Amino acid sequence: MSARFAPGEPVRVRRAFPPGHVRTPYYARGKAGVVERLCGAFRNPEELAFGRNGEPKQPLYRVRFVQRELWPDYAGPAHDTLDIELYEHWLESP
Amino acid sequence: MTDPHDHAHDHSHVDHGAEALGYYETMQIALTELLIEKGVFGAEDVRREVEAMHARTPARGAAVVAHAWRDPAFKARLLADGSAACESLGIAMGPTRLVVVENTPGVHNVIVCTLCSCYPRVLLGLPPDWYKSRPYRSRVVREPRTVLAEFGLELPNDTIVRVHDSTADMRYMVLPERPKGTERLSEAALAELVTRDCMIGVAVPSRSSPR
Repeated sequence: MSARFAPGEPVRVRRAFPPGHVRTPYYARGKAGVVERLCGAFRNPEELAFGRNGEPKQPLYRVRFVQRELWPDYAGPAHDTLDIELYEHWLESP
Repeated sequence: MTDPHDHAHDHSHVDHGAEALGYYETMQIALTELLIEKGVFGAEDVRREVEAMHARTPARGAAVVAHAWRDPAFKARLLADGSAACESLGIAMGPTRLVVVENTPGVHNVIVCTLCSCYPRVLLGLPPDWYKSRPYRSRVVREPRTVLAEFGLELPNDTIVRVHDSTADMRYMVLPERPKGTERLSEAALAELVTRDCMIGVAVPSRSSPR
């Protein structure tokens, strides 16, 4: 598996709204974060949901966002974070 | 044809009671019946799987936590690869890919699945109803401190709150901090302090946690 992004690297979630079974929460789309770790390669759920084989496997990352990036009105301190798993085809360089 | 049970196999509606079935219940029963009719699995297999699902309890996760508290090398392995570390304790993890996140004096972790109800069932059993509820799922990602306070857990502002949204193939468990004053407790006694909610991250264990 060749992974495009490395831990610690800044990324941005694609701001896209395709139909179908998508595992990228709306609240993360278009938001900037940092790769926390590479989880491995997994079959693409957007394909699996339609009975296809989900190949080729997609690198899956955990991406860490600061809460104020996700929610500009976040009431807690600036150091609070949220981690999400995101497949590589949802990520781009910021 | 007046008998609704005109199909060939015997079955009882013992699980379904007398109330009208909802859409998903009807679909689940239809799917189960079809898979049994086609010989994909038998009714006994379904029963056994449901029984096994109900037999898994948070005691398993608590045993893992207590072991990690007492064995720093195991803790390091647990944080590096949760599934492999649990397998080494004889827990059959199956396809579950476990990520263990550690609470420390400056960091508190809490788990959610905003898209559905992903949960480390192999270690914690069935999720509580509130974990699957829309209010918990939608609120804990955007106002975690308020939600935690409603669970009775007030965190100081200098603690970092990390929310983990299980959106894909990983499952998460919180490794809570070992309470002070527990240095002399046995591993079994330590495990008694670790409740389900502590491993989801909406509570922290205390010296006198009720089980």
